[in-house]
Amino acid sequence: MAKAQQHRLRRHPILDPLGEPTVAFEYNGETLFAREGEVISSALFANGIRIFGHHPRDGGAQGIYCVNGQCSQCAVIADGVLVKACMTPVRAGMVVESCEGFPAIPPDDRRVEFHEIPEHKPQVLIIGGGPAGIDAAIELGRFGIDCILVDDKPELGGKLSLQTHYFFGSVRDCWAGTRGIRIGEMLSEELARHPSVQVWLNTTALGAFYDKKIGVLKDGEYHLINPQIVLVACGAREKNIVFPGCDLPGVYGAGAFQTLVNRDRIDAASRLFVVGGGNVGLIAAYHALQAGIDVAGLVEALPYCGGYKVHLDKLRRMGVPVWTSHTVVRAEGRERVERVTISQIDRDFKPVSGTEQAFDVDTLLIAVGLAPINELYEKIKQYGIPVYAAGDADEIAEASAAIFSGRIAGRRILRELGVEVDIPQDWEPLAEILRSKPGETSEFKPPEDVTARVFPMLWCTQEIPCNPCTVVCPRDLIKMPGSILQLPHYTDGCIGCGRCVAICPGLAINLVINDYDPQGEKALLMMPFEFEIAVAPPGTEVVTVDQAGGTVGTGRIVAFKEHPDLDRRKLVMVEVPDADKLKVAGFRIRPETVAVDVEASDEEDPIVCRCERVRKSEIVREIRRGVRDMNQLKSLLRVGMGACGGKTCSTLIQRIFREEGVDLKDVTVFTERPLVAEAPLGVFGGEKRKQ
Amino acid sequence: MAQAFDAIVVGCGSVGVPSAYYLARKGLKVLALDRRSAVGQGENKAAIGGVRATHSDPAKILICRESLREFSTWKETHGVDIDWKPGGYCFPVYGEETEGVLKGILPLQKSYGLNIDWVDTDAIADLVPGIEREGLRGGTFSPEDGQVSPLKAAVAFERAAMELGAEFRFNEPVVAYLRDGDSITGVRTAKGEYSAPHVVLAAGADAGRHSEMLGLNIPVEPDSHEAGITMPVKEFLKPLIVDLRPGPEGKTANFYFGQVADGAIIFCYTPKELFKGDNRESLSEFLPVLARRMVSLIPRMRHLLVRRVWRGCYPMTPDGVPIVDNVGSVPGLTLAVGMCGQGFMMGPGTGMNVAELVTEGRSLLPPEVQVSLRFGRDYTGKKEALK
Repeated sequence: MAKAQQHRLRRHPILDPLGEPTVAFEYNGETLFAREGEVISSALFANGIRIFGHHPRDGGAQGIYCVNGQCSQCAVIADGVLVKACMTPVRAGMVVESCEGFPAIPPDDRRVEFHEIPEHKPQVLIIGGGPAGIDAAIELGRFGIDCILVDDKPELGGKLSLQTHYFFGSVRDCWAGTRGIRIGEMLSEELARHPSVQVWLNTTALGAFYDKKIGVLKDGEYHLINPQIVLVACGAREKNIVFPGCDLPGVYGAGAFQTLVNRDRIDAASRLFVVGGGNVGLIAAYHALQAGIDVAGLVEALPYCGGYKVHLDKLRRMGVPVWTSHTVVRAEGRERVERVTISQIDRDFKPVSGTEQAFDVDTLLIAVGLAPINELYEKIKQYGIPVYAAGDADEIAEASAAIFSGRIAGRRILRELGVEVDIPQDWEPLAEILRSKPGETSEFKPPEDVTARVFPMLWCTQEIPCNPCTVVCPRDLIKMPGSILQLPHYTDGCIGCGRCVAICPGLAINLVINDYDPQGEKALLMMPFEFEIAVAPPGTEVVTVDQAGGTVGTGRIVAFKEHPDLDRRKLVMVEVPDADKLKVAGFRIRPETVAVDVEASDEEDPIVCRCERVRKSEIVREIRRGVRDMNQLKSLLRVGMGACGGKTCSTLIQRIFREEGVDLKDVTVFTERPLVAEAPLGVFGGEKRKQ
Repeated sequence: MAQAFDAIVVGCGSVGVPSAYYLARKGLKVLALDRRSAVGQGENKAAIGGVRATHSDPAKILICRESLREFSTWKETHGVDIDWKPGGYCFPVYGEETEGVLKGILPLQKSYGLNIDWVDTDAIADLVPGIEREGLRGGTFSPEDGQVSPLKAAVAFERAAMELGAEFRFNEPVVAYLRDGDSITGVRTAKGEYSAPHVVLAAGADAGRHSEMLGLNIPVEPDSHEAGITMPVKEFLKPLIVDLRPGPEGKTANFYFGQVADGAIIFCYTPKELFKGDNRESLSEFLPVLARRMVSLIPRMRHLLVRRVWRGCYPMTPDGVPIVDNVGSVPGLTLAVGMCGQGFMMGPGTGMNVAELVTEGRSLLPPEVQVSLRFGRDYTGKKEALK
């Protein structure tokens, strides 16, 4: 594919474009171009390649799924050797082939020289360089503790590098009101000031061993680490659901999508659908729209979306339909997603016949929750090394909570090491608040005096841990009595500076400017805007909507305000009829979603174990024959025996046991053994190889 | 009131499950018990699945010959695939002494009709693509040996036994043996009592624990061995390879590996210094030590992605030979223990023998061969030439 036609984001309202693809490599005999340092999966996506091979068991098409080194679905052959495409950077001249059936090992029988496996004895090993790991490392670094921090990616920051949105939480304690990507940069800079912390990037923890050593693969070299204390902060993996077609290329995790789009600036889809109304799904949908990728809709199985209401509202205001009490029943297409079918579900989560709707999309994002990556934690604990967990590896919550939990873990570790350091009394309660799920939702109330020259409309009606608006108001008019979970309360006296509009992470504050029209027929609204101006340039007539996205009337885009301090957030001035000014919360930017005819499908037996292509009916059959030990299911069907080590299907199988009426206390789960990620045999022997 | 059976098998592993099957085939009402949650969850699933009749002990030759016959025909007979792979065993040889030992036992092996021979270096290089040729003297190859999936075989035998009426109960550790005078009359578990005139002890590495309950000295002590498996790759290795050289690192007495039917390479080594006990947790030294040995032997194997490692136990007897016998002092008790790491390949043949011992009171093996498996033998005897 010509470089100019690649599926890459040329423009993005928040993110800078990345460099041009200049690195030539070969894929199945064709010359393609990647960006410097780009991983193979993103380079292939940029070149329009979505299918990376076919499975040996049934020829099923394989593509990306987690884009996080966890699932092994994206395996390709690079220079003769099987690699995870999402973890392996393209090198100039690399010969990449799709993985068709079982790979062969290259008949390369030159003798190999081995060196000793290096062993290290730091005071603390931190696994994971995301918000929790970095913040813990900073605490330890401040006291000169000898630490090794390992992370499997080429850059620090973990999932902060995907989080283009402003953070919620507390301004003082965890940078609320700042974009996640910037927080990642700031934390990394801060960490670099602490020389006692060695940061090992491109380093994957492979397993913990009984002799209290942890094996890691660092830049293609095997090392053993024998620390006094371990902090596991390796985040979460995306949960998964089973439905016919769930294995098609084009069905993948919302986090995977954010990696493709926000980290690697790949134009990964043209139109997508989202399953899951938690924060991850809601935010991923919004990020898609920002990248110019249409979002046909979102389904949530519960009767309400569990994510922050402000995220839900902003999505609905853009015109994205959100169906609660709905789920995806099918994805169809020839070797890739072309259509999804959704259905209403009853209280038992069973589809309600006759309520199906179908949509033509090329991508289906799965955002049905996160699960802590905790298998190393469990093993390390079992082997008697003092071990702590922080961030999502401890408890799934927002990144702001992860930062804070890392800080607390850092202090606890210091104390265990005998450093006399306090853990301030208010930290634990604050950590609790930052982790808290959304609370009560109240009815929206406009300010008391709506005749004032200018006043804010706080479309923030659900209790969430967030306080930037209270900090920025120069006249201190927005207050939150009690904790940062409370709703903000405005008292009259606004001067119209717009700082609250500019900082609200939920994009939930507008200003109403009453003195815009001398006739009093029109009012001007100031709203936050995080899209390209080209989406609605000045002069555009727009459909205005209320808080939940319902149509109010029409308005006209008057102007945009931009300022370096706003970190690319724009303030858009919208003229609306005076009568609408207390109703309008935003305006629509996408056309209405059109459903297509629902067609009957013949494939109804979904894949449960992706690695080994085991279908649900096979598992059900064995459960009905009396199998209660998942290790025996493994013997019979190979479920959980694949490259991911059962990480993806384990909970899905447990769900099938429950569906079959089996009490989970009668079920024996998979036995956990090293390794948690695959690595080449030669490397374990002490062969150095380039990654 | 205890539930009554004709025979109770204690232990549902490599030996216990086939024993239950052959007992049920004799028409007995069989109960098989295990303290774990399913068949094969002890040492069976840790086994690498090599099956050879080419031993140097006549009892093991005869038993494994039966096992091979059963494994290799299982799919035809029962319609269930247990991943039989008839690739043989190959012992490449680099040392004069090993050459002498292996050649020395060929006449005995051949006298039992085993298909095994000494082959030259080119033949070894054909069998083992990429093998290090420097110092290679040739080796033995026994094409009729092979590999089976222990995981699949355990379930296959369980289900075949169930079809014949055998009952399996899991999560039920035996806590006591029921006695009438010297005779055994049944077992008590954490969940209840079961009576039977015959009890077969096939508890693998747990045999020692049962020793105490039975008031017998069953000389079985486990030591633990590590193993691992790689991702599956296109077939490049037909036979299971055994390299009998001790390693230059001082840790390995020998090592062996093979490509199983699904394409993965499964591997293991015998530690020079045994790890006594039944610890099943993996150690950090295993992969670096074995990786060097494997890659030094066949360099291309350095590209194999290692998927999983584990540790399992060898229930050892002092002389390295199993105990398969009726216990004279305890009427009703049959021992099938101390398989010394070869329980899987010995399983079906031992099970057949157990069924004969229970129902007929005598072994299937000729008396002069059975003698080496007797419970009451002198365990200080000579060790097997090839273990």
